[in-house]
Amino acid sequence: MNREEILAATATELSQKIRAGETTVKEAAEAVLYVIEEKEETLHCYVTIDKEKLMAGAEAVQKKIDAGELSGPLAGVPFALKDNICTKGMRTTCSSRILENFIPAYSAQAVENLEKAGAVIIGKTNMDEFAMGSTTETSAFGVTRNPRNLLHVPGGSSGGSAAAVAAGECFAALGSDTGGSIRQPASYCGVVGMKPTYGTVSRYGLVAYGSSLDQIGPITKDVRDCAAVLYAIASHDQKDSTSMKRDCRFMDALKKDVKGMKIGIPQDYFGDGLDPEVKKAVLDAAGMLKENGAVVETFDLSLVQYAIPAYYTIAAAEASSNLERFDGIKYGYRTKEFEGLHNMYKKTRSEGFGAEVKRRIMLGSFVLSSGYYDAYYLKALKVKTLIKKAFDEAFERYDLILGPVAPTTAPRLGESLADPLKMYLGDIYTIAVNLAGLPAISVPCGFDGKGLPIGLQLIGNCFEENKILRAAYTYEQAAGQKGR
Amino acid sequence: MAKQYETVIGLEVHVELATRTKIFCGCSTAFGGAPNTHTCPVCTGMPGSLPVLNKQVVEYAVAVGLAANCEITRNCKFDRKNYFYPDNPQNYQISQLYLPICRDGWVGIETQAGKKKVRIHEIHMEEDAGKLIHDEWEDCSLVDYNRSGVPLIEIVSEPDMRSAEEVIAYLEKLRLLIQYLGASDCKLQEGSMRADVNLSVREAGSGRLGVRTEMKNLNSFKAIARAIEGERQRQIELLEEGKPVTQETRRWDDNKEYSYAMRSKEDAQDYRYFPDPDLAPVHISEAWLQQIREKQPEFRDEKMARYKEEFNIPDYDIEILTSSKHLADLFEATSALCGQPKKVSNWLMVETLRLLKEKDMEPEEIRFSPENLASLIGLTERKVINGSVAKEVFEVLFEKDIDPEKYVEEKGLKTERDEGALKKSIEEIVEANPQSVEDYKNGKEKAIGFLVGQTMKAMKGKADPAQINTILREFLK
Repeated sequence: MNREEILAATATELSQKIRAGETTVKEAAEAVLYVIEEKEETLHCYVTIDKEKLMAGAEAVQKKIDAGELSGPLAGVPFALKDNICTKGMRTTCSSRILENFIPAYSAQAVENLEKAGAVIIGKTNMDEFAMGSTTETSAFGVTRNPRNLLHVPGGSSGGSAAAVAAGECFAALGSDTGGSIRQPASYCGVVGMKPTYGTVSRYGLVAYGSSLDQIGPITKDVRDCAAVLYAIASHDQKDSTSMKRDCRFMDALKKDVKGMKIGIPQDYFGDGLDPEVKKAVLDAAGMLKENGAVVETFDLSLVQYAIPAYYTIAAAEASSNLERFDGIKYGYRTKEFEGLHNMYKKTRSEGFGAEVKRRIMLGSFVLSSGYYDAYYLKALKVKTLIKKAFDEAFERYDLILGPVAPTTAPRLGESLADPLKMYLGDIYTIAVNLAGLPAISVPCGFDGKGLPIGLQLIGNCFEENKILRAAYTYEQAAGQKGR
Repeated sequence: MAKQYETVIGLEVHVELATRTKIFCGCSTAFGGAPNTHTCPVCTGMPGSLPVLNKQVVEYAVAVGLAANCEITRNCKFDRKNYFYPDNPQNYQISQLYLPICRDGWVGIETQAGKKKVRIHEIHMEEDAGKLIHDEWEDCSLVDYNRSGVPLIEIVSEPDMRSAEEVIAYLEKLRLLIQYLGASDCKLQEGSMRADVNLSVREAGSGRLGVRTEMKNLNSFKAIARAIEGERQRQIELLEEGKPVTQETRRWDDNKEYSYAMRSKEDAQDYRYFPDPDLAPVHISEAWLQQIREKQPEFRDEKMARYKEEFNIPDYDIEILTSSKHLADLFEATSALCGQPKKVSNWLMVETLRLLKEKDMEPEEIRFSPENLASLIGLTERKVINGSVAKEVFEVLFEKDIDPEKYVEEKGLKTERDEGALKKSIEEIVEANPQSVEDYKNGKEKAIGFLVGQTMKAMKGKADPAQINTILREFLK
């Protein structure tokens, strides 16, 4: 295979060719490095790239493949990891000054699972600082550009991972999704991204943002890759008390068949604020599923309007506590000059965290403070319960819920941060899924007039990733190259 | 007439549980490792690490709760208590606020004022913090996370105690319950049991509670008693002067016998408690609860009653022996081996307690085994060694838990029974002490004692004084 052929392959195609001896892990790694050499300076998908480790990993994995010890669908595939997923011996910064030089002593369980499946790690991708943001612009290490249009953001917070997959700077990547952070950048960059059911992928080694909402998930070139990556990273992990024992045969879902599948379209997802081009593309996708035998109807999901305030209350509350450990004592950044402990804390955190992180720490501290706890935090938990109930009722009638991922396509660089509230509202279609712990995917479903990708979101009931994957695969097959 | 005041006291008692591993990770809880050697990403608050609950902690907490007549919360939760301090690696402590594991219990105490129940408000589980060490040379502080994540329970009483005597009785009671359960060794000095005293005073007969202070840093029962008296006096003086008592936390300095204000309620921190999203609620099923119930040991009151039935030993002995689980276990095991409960009790009550006191040790620190004590008792019963040799051997046994049979053999401590050898020694003594012999013959009974003593000395103590006495009298006839 020549370089172009290698780079055109999906992750599972590449692995198959490597295992068939048509190319090697080294050639795949070199191809990726070639693209990185060409595009990275412009795109800035990565915070850290470790070429030596990649080439050493490629050699080791090749040996195992040659010895017949590795035969899985991802053996030999070069991967990128979002920089909030711990990697032993490799810097993990969360795109924050405060962890700029932090090198973990252990790898996240998802990374160990991926390495066991024969993946080789290229490096760590850029993100919104501590996954707080929707554009990757809150990174302390500079913005990432959308490979489809360099004037636009890649989305966020897993913007570096989505851009790297879209640009060919890796074959697949891991992201994390707390309120849409996998699906939205996947949508903006025209790739596939999935947030699994809460508890499917161990959070051990994922630097926590909103612990009750965070999930690691795949960002890939197509639906098959998505299923393969999810299969590789999912595991019941004793080290994560919220991890679940469950059926993980996701590859079995890859059938082009949605006959009789009941798909509900929430009316509330198509109201004001939805870009008409996005609306059309998503409804066209629904039409295509209908042509393939799905039963599609609209319904009232309700409560969507409450999802954003509930989410920002819960996520910020958990974040305010989760980020307390970054204090300059044990690891990470410490201010240079200080007088006494209190002053050291204050200066370290003032200098180490960016504006958006500080905003959420303050918001979270406020909603947990005595006298406000009941009015904000407890009320948000009640809303969370009601939202879950609304989804439960919907899933009594439908196999899947279909809608847009985001109200618009990727905004221009610099447009979003000036108005954080507007940025928060952009999460309207993704957030409820995290509050309810549900699985959901973003699949490319066309482009707007400016050539920016649009994502179709399919939401399933808990543990029903396979329905989502089957419908997404069916759509992808039916739409041909239209999506990508 | 001067006003009469009543002291109202409630206690918050922290107890370090005797689990092998920490509450949220697999690190050892063993004392005394080199700094930061019993640590992992979880108990040092590394990014991305997650807590996993140690089930043994739940079992101990439930067992203590059952022993203290508590309601067990069948679905309890952990909450985060947020505050910044370097000994707390996550800057939040995982504790329980909203749904503690045990509630609404009581323990009975008995003092000179009579019997009463001290109600328990709640018992909750939490993690211990690390230790800060100030380095004087470098003028910096270092932190050791070996203790970080060691499991604790906090037992919060209602304000039911009225005197230091009641407080001590309550603490003794808790300590015994917990030691009997094996849930902790409860050593105040070493910090495995810590008590904070909440105290207020009010005019006798008043139904309203006064403003209370909380006192910390109480490392012994004596310190607690002194601190209570000191704080009571301080508050009464304030009230007598018409000044208000401030609600605050105070630190007791036992050397100066005075407490210092640490922080007042006004600058109390807002801990921003909320349920820890990393830990699922703990469900305690009926079956699990039953299992724990069935494992509950015989507590002291039951044990005392049984001893009265089973063993012919004085009530005082029973009280002392059962005041420590270890002592009681040692007593029963040794008695079962040698069949001489009275003798066993004597060894424990007299020699053992004497040595404990001399070496400033707790009964829990006794190292010798029931087998070796039983063997020593056997040696004296069979008159292989005499009483004073037995005491010497016991001191070694207490120190090193030696096998007495072997030791006596090796050191040649057996009592000399051979009449020939004894007679020879007596002849020499009689010859050397004509005056005493004379005295004896003149009817001075005391003189025979002196001669026996001299013979024992000549035999280096390895003889039977009674036997010498008999032979001597025969010889002087």
